[in-house]
Amino acid sequence: MIQRETLINWALFALLPATALIALWMDEPFIITLATKVAILALAGVGLNIALGLGGLVSLGHAAFFGIGGYAMGILASHAQSYAPLMQTPVLIEGTTSMPVIWLVAILASALAALAIGALSLRTTGVYFIMITLAFGQMLYYFAISWPAYGGEDGLSIYVRNGFPGLNTLDPIQFFAVAFVVLAAVLFFAGRLARAPFGLALAAARQNPERVETVGLAPYRLRLVAFVLSGAVTGLAGALFADLNRFVSPTMFSWQMSGEIMIFVILGGVGRLFGPVAGAALFILLEHVLGGLSDYWHVYLGGLLLLVVLFARGGMIGLAAGREVAHD
Amino acid sequence: MSFLQLRGVEAFYGPSQALFGVDLALEEGEVCALMGRNGMGKSSTIKVICRLLKEARGTVEFAGQDLTRLPPHRAARTGLGLVPEGRRCFAPLTVHENLIAAARPGPWDFARVCKLFPRLGERRDQVAASLSGGEQQMLAIGRALMTNPRLLILDEATEGLAPVVRQEIWSALATLKREAGLSLLVVDKSLAELRAVADRAVILERGSTVWAGPMGDLAASVADRYLGV
Repeated sequence: MIQRETLINWALFALLPATALIALWMDEPFIITLATKVAILALAGVGLNIALGLGGLVSLGHAAFFGIGGYAMGILASHAQSYAPLMQTPVLIEGTTSMPVIWLVAILASALAALAIGALSLRTTGVYFIMITLAFGQMLYYFAISWPAYGGEDGLSIYVRNGFPGLNTLDPIQFFAVAFVVLAAVLFFAGRLARAPFGLALAAARQNPERVETVGLAPYRLRLVAFVLSGAVTGLAGALFADLNRFVSPTMFSWQMSGEIMIFVILGGVGRLFGPVAGAALFILLEHVLGGLSDYWHVYLGGLLLLVVLFARGGMIGLAAGREVAHD
Repeated sequence: MSFLQLRGVEAFYGPSQALFGVDLALEEGEVCALMGRNGMGKSSTIKVICRLLKEARGTVEFAGQDLTRLPPHRAARTGLGLVPEGRRCFAPLTVHENLIAAARPGPWDFARVCKLFPRLGERRDQVAASLSGGEQQMLAIGRALMTNPRLLILDEATEGLAPVVRQEIWSALATLKREAGLSLLVVDKSLAELRAVADRAVILERGSTVWAGPMGDLAASVADRYLGV
């Protein structure tokens, strides 16, 4: 029997392209762009959910990886734009506007950063882990501000949309398709990961690290691998987000960004595969509905978050689907 | 050199000393009963072997390897399988997920564990938290077997279980000894059942080994004196 959560997941999965297609039919490119933004921010949330939902790692520094992904895109595309090579010695490295290449660089750069940050941060737990990840995020934020070569505080504008073979990525619906397919692929990967022995061991380590050690697994290594995977996915989201806006700035590294990614996960449901999709969709919806009514729409968002935390611990997915049924 | 050898093991919980000189030897394929009254150091001895209690002195060697400097996960990977006191299964995971989470290659796989404990096969997709105490104990043993250990250590595996379930566990342990040739270190209070399955016994009194030898040589007077039965 198909569980209720599976039905809700499929409905959410279908809703996003349906919105984009209806907007295309109604000739509303802005709504397509909003759907693209939801897909990309959901992707960032899916990344955080690997660390937070599966591993129980409350990282308040995931904007670091989001920003690294964004700057990977910005730096490569700006060099391609200016025809100035990124590096001449010892090897010539030029900029690029190829999305797959940029994604690869974004994934590798953010995974490496996650490895370094995780290797240090995961030696701590609880509030210390939260603080140390926050500190790393803020370090990168101030580094970006004081990096004049790439716009410093003003950020970096990219005048062209990067290309994907066979697609016109300037067409909103085609760019949406790119972002949606990436989200779908990562959701598939995250779903498989949660049910694989690695994901199960990670969930077990969250519950009882000592018990996991007695069956021959090292909780630190499990968490580090999860943190690196999580950072890599969030970095990929950062590259797509920068491409969507054709602009990168230090705000991508800010703690507010880390907080927003965490809000997507909490609103949708921590540890729920489609939680970040539901959370990002609700966030963007509120931003545009309530944001049109008041500049202080975050107050309402805060109230909603409070209600979710107090009365719906499984987030919106938990509210609609009930208690999690053993990895349905 | 024995398969598992403890010599002069002392252990501490902060400033408090729990073990004052534990000696234990177990040969490959043997079943050893580790006995003693409550608080005499049986669980502490197991924690020292599995490196869960790190403040320890003395020699702990298993299969020719010195365990005293290894972290717990490395000690487990030398071939130790622990069935802890109180079971402690991974509650939110299903039976199948509990078993595959830490599985390592070897003769023990999901099908073989289910052959030993058919109830686990029947409850395959049920979360561990919803199992009865006996089923959770079977799951804890199955989980340890899935790591394909060379020595299975059971800490009070039948405590608090219904007599019929206890019998099932003892029968499974006898099967493990007879058919799988697995080495077992068993902590339990049921002397009658231990006599039926164990080849040798070690008795602890106030953190020290006070008697060790073949189970057949354990006289009723010695058992009365140290075990209060």
